[in-house]
Amino acid sequence: MKAFGHFLLSLLKENPVFGLYLGICSTLAITTSLDNAIGMGVSVIIILTISNIMISSIRKITPNEIRIPVYIVVIATLTKAIELLIRAYAPAIDVALGVFIPLIVVNCIILGRAEAFASKNTVWKSTLDGLTMGLAYTLSLAAMSIIRQVLADGILSLSNPFTNSIVFKINLIPAEYRIAIFKEPIGAFLTFAFLAAGVAAVQNAHAKKDGVK
Amino acid sequence: MAGLITLFISNVVISNVVLTKFLGMCPLLGVSRKSSSAVGMGLAVIFVIVGSSIFTWTLYYTVLVPLGLQYMDLITFILVIAAFVQFVELFLKKYSPSLYKALGIYLPLITTNCVVLYVTLDNIIQGFDFVEMLVYSFAVPTGFMLVLYIFSTIRERLDQSTVPAAFKGNPIALIVAALMAAIFTSFVGLV
Repeated sequence: MKAFGHFLLSLLKENPVFGLYLGICSTLAITTSLDNAIGMGVSVIIILTISNIMISSIRKITPNEIRIPVYIVVIATLTKAIELLIRAYAPAIDVALGVFIPLIVVNCIILGRAEAFASKNTVWKSTLDGLTMGLAYTLSLAAMSIIRQVLADGILSLSNPFTNSIVFKINLIPAEYRIAIFKEPIGAFLTFAFLAAGVAAVQNAHAKKDGVK
Repeated sequence: MAGLITLFISNVVISNVVLTKFLGMCPLLGVSRKSSSAVGMGLAVIFVIVGSSIFTWTLYYTVLVPLGLQYMDLITFILVIAAFVQFVELFLKKYSPSLYKALGIYLPLITTNCVVLYVTLDNIIQGFDFVEMLVYSFAVPTGFMLVLYIFSTIRERLDQSTVPAAFKGNPIALIVAALMAAIFTSFVGLV
């Protein structure tokens, strides 16, 4: 239980999206439904973990001067592979996310972790780093999409992208009280601003407590 | 001709790349503290996007399509963009040191600016011909620069106003972005 609490705290304190503002283009754009958030999140977990493994295993033979182009080629290859797999097996996600799947290449989280972590650490540590960072990203996307979907559509639903069957669907807000604006860009910016402010408030409170000690 | 003007206006203000497609958020939050650097960044982005669009579009239709290698688009485009940015940097350093000084620090950042990759990919997805591609790849970064400039002038004043502690910095900037997105929705129906 304590370990779980620690995990939640580090998720809030070192959150890559709301704390460090990495990868926010896709966060703002695709969080209109939980389906999109999970699809995007899982794609990023896979790409980030494999790219961390690959970059960490070639870290000793990569010349320092051309490391960034090497990382970009690795990430672009993986992204294209995932894009083709999604198009073949989960076309619903391909339609919903569109150009944001290829744009994973320029998602700062992936290049950031390659440069800051995988290029300096062992393969095993980099694998774990990829999984946790990817999970933190997915949970941030999910948090945003749940808020936006519930406020705008009044329902919370999740469907299986491979079969298009509905996993669950809950009606929460009656039609006349829904706030459609949360589906729009304005809602995306507002939700993000308030979540980021919440994370900052937690960080400030902890900084204060640590200061008193 | 009318079609091209419509394409231009609709991509500068109506479907603005920052406020409706949320691309280029990192430079928007990072470089928008001073209006002078916003203009420098904007000009550099326009130049890189038009240049790399011409390269990638030509490469796609003269090399990748005849060889049946369309699935290599992502890898080719990102390498072209990275090489082009590097080339521009070296060229400016040697032949126009004053311009290099003005744009220098923004150039390396442009490789990971998602607007660049987005425009080169979208040129292909939309099936533009050469002239449409030129107009589109000029219009999108112009919209980016417009928002970046307006945003930076607001932020200069924001720095001097009192903001709740948790909202300091980026959260309040995102509230500003939300208000700007609201204003820009009123351009729908202009064309």
